[in-house]
Amino acid sequence: MSSPGGRPHLPVECAPRLRPGGPFGLLPRPLTIRDVRRENSRTATFVLDGELPEAKPGQFVMVWLPGHEEAPFSLAYHCPVTLTIAAVGPLTRAIHGLGPGEALWLRGPYGRPFGVEPETERPLLVGGGYGVAPLAFLAEHLLAAGRRPAAFVGGRTAEDIIGVARLEDLGVPVVVTTEDGSRGEAGLVTQPVGRFLARGEGDVLYGVGPHGMLYALARLARAHGVPAQLSWEAYMGCAVGLCGMCEHDGALLCVEGPVRHVILE
Amino acid sequence: MVELADVDLSITLCGVRLPNPFVLASGILGTSDTLLEKAARLGAGAVTAKSAGLHPRTGHANPIVVDWGAGLINAVGLPNPGARREAELLAAAKARLAPLGVPLIASIFGGTPDEFAEVARIVLEAEPDILELNISCPNVHDEYGEPFAASCAGAVSVVEAVRPVCSVPLFVKLAPNVPNVGRIAADVVAAGADGITAVNTMPGMVIDVESGRPVLTNRSGGLSGPALKPIAVRCVYEIAQAVPGVPIIGTGGVTTGRDAAEMIMAGAWAVGVGSAVYYRGLEVFHSLRDELAAIVQHHRSTRVEELRGLAHRPRVASQEAVEP
Ligand SMILES: Cc1cc2nc3c(=O)[nH]c(=O)nc-3n(C[C@H](O)[C@H](O)[C@H](O)COP(=O)(O)OP(=O)(O)OC[C@H]3O[C@@H](n4cnc5c(N)ncnc54)[C@H](O)[C@@H]3O)c2cc1C
Repeated sequence: MSSPGGRPHLPVECAPRLRPGGPFGLLPRPLTIRDVRRENSRTATFVLDGELPEAKPGQFVMVWLPGHEEAPFSLAYHCPVTLTIAAVGPLTRAIHGLGPGEALWLRGPYGRPFGVEPETERPLLVGGGYGVAPLAFLAEHLLAAGRRPAAFVGGRTAEDIIGVARLEDLGVPVVVTTEDGSRGEAGLVTQPVGRFLARGEGDVLYGVGPHGMLYALARLARAHGVPAQLSWEAYMGCAVGLCGMCEHDGALLCVEGPVRHVILE
Repeated sequence: MVELADVDLSITLCGVRLPNPFVLASGILGTSDTLLEKAARLGAGAVTAKSAGLHPRTGHANPIVVDWGAGLINAVGLPNPGARREAELLAAAKARLAPLGVPLIASIFGGTPDEFAEVARIVLEAEPDILELNISCPNVHDEYGEPFAASCAGAVSVVEAVRPVCSVPLFVKLAPNVPNVGRIAADVVAAGADGITAVNTMPGMVIDVESGRPVLTNRSGGLSGPALKPIAVRCVYEIAQAVPGVPIIGTGGVTTGRDAAEMIMAGAWAVGVGSAVYYRGLEVFHSLRDELAAIVQHHRSTRVEELRGLAHRPRVASQEAVEP
């Protein structure tokens, strides 16, 4: 078949790329809660009956509870889908009211994941608060790529420290800090990280946690000339790069983040 | 043979030059001066800011957007910082866009024609290149009632209120779900509108079967993406027929250069881009430009304008018409 005037046919744009969601889209799908593990008085880990084999550490899912809201949560693990959720408001408190057999509705995974930084050997993984959630998933990924990660977990008090056992189970050494000194080293988590960097015991930083901690890690990375991949949080609406609500420093965190690379001069 | 490099995609809307016909649609990335600049740097020919009203609004709670397969559905609920702050945002955006040669379209909404005029007066202080009246948002029914775009009288009342205070080209964004979009277009043009943006999203609903609840917190929302395109193309066709010579920004489901060519052949001058940013990522403007240029070349044209309205040519009478 030829087109009028013997002109070649126009290229047809590649259909699969145009429909990331497939014929049924990316509607939130219910996943049954298989297990709930309490991490501390505010935080619990939900293991769901479902897998996201393609998902990478650093990516997030949008979790909807019908009749309530929808919000982003980092994947603490992908197979089975695991989320560590702190009860801080109406949605997360409602989620904490759920038990095995009940469901959470998920869409995703979304966002840019953490990547294995080339030509590095000793990644330092830094987490504050529920930011520790994806670190074990990340550590597993880095170990599989032949890296030797060390982890740093910070909190205000001993009660805020979560996720240490999962990291240690992987054979990852963990340094704990608390602001009140009730567990591990007293002070901010960035102190031991700075020390490790100064001693040449780390050549790349990975960070998840409050923005203050991330800014401090970015400064440390620049001061020591090591690459850093930091996961930023912002209020998210659509999670697919349209609504603009998650803008941070000119970047759309849902599609150009949450993981951003620190640019070294 | 026309060389690809000789294809000129630039167009002029009421004296405003766009380096290419692709207009970032209102509500997509238009929430800050930095994001508007980003869209321009990514290749948009013009950028439309998120619609602003008189007072700040937070919008609807999540979920606000989902992909249901043949398109998206959204009910974001017009979150905006209010007209005063919006004017500052627009002024900052204007400064960022000027060196790029990409015009800025301000978009406004209001609860009454007078409120539209007041918002217009405030945001026009920032000197946007074009003002667009969003009289067709389907997602704020609870507060604002039936959109002005639902009737000729409603649409005209807003244009009549804004026209006297508006010193820049005035575009009106129409809704697809009306019995005669051409008549509404003709009436708003008679009332003083310089151009038409067609169309806004199509009202719809998606229900989660497991929970028995609508997926969007607002329950209903506006359909966009591939499902909207044929509806939008037909509206643009009707409008082009009703108001020949009046610039149209054809918006609705344009995802590829072929879609854009359809819009232009239906009579659009420029082409709005919204959901495609989801379907094809932030590089979409570059891809659309390349794909449209190839189609212009295929038609042995050098200017995209030569494709405009092609679909309106009369039917070629068949010489061997089959007699019943
Ligand atoms: C990429 C990303 C990953 C996250 N990962 C986790 C995680 O692994 N575990 C966890 O416990 N929390 C995580 N959060 C935070 C989580 O989204 C909020 O705690 C949750 O939205 C709170 O909802 P709420 O209704 O319970 O509280 P609200 O009372 O609504 O809000 C409490 C806090 O959560 C923030 N918040 C509310 N809605 C949103 C939203 N749509 N997007 C972002 N922040 C919001 C508010 O700004 C406020 O600071 C993550 C956020 C982002 C952006």
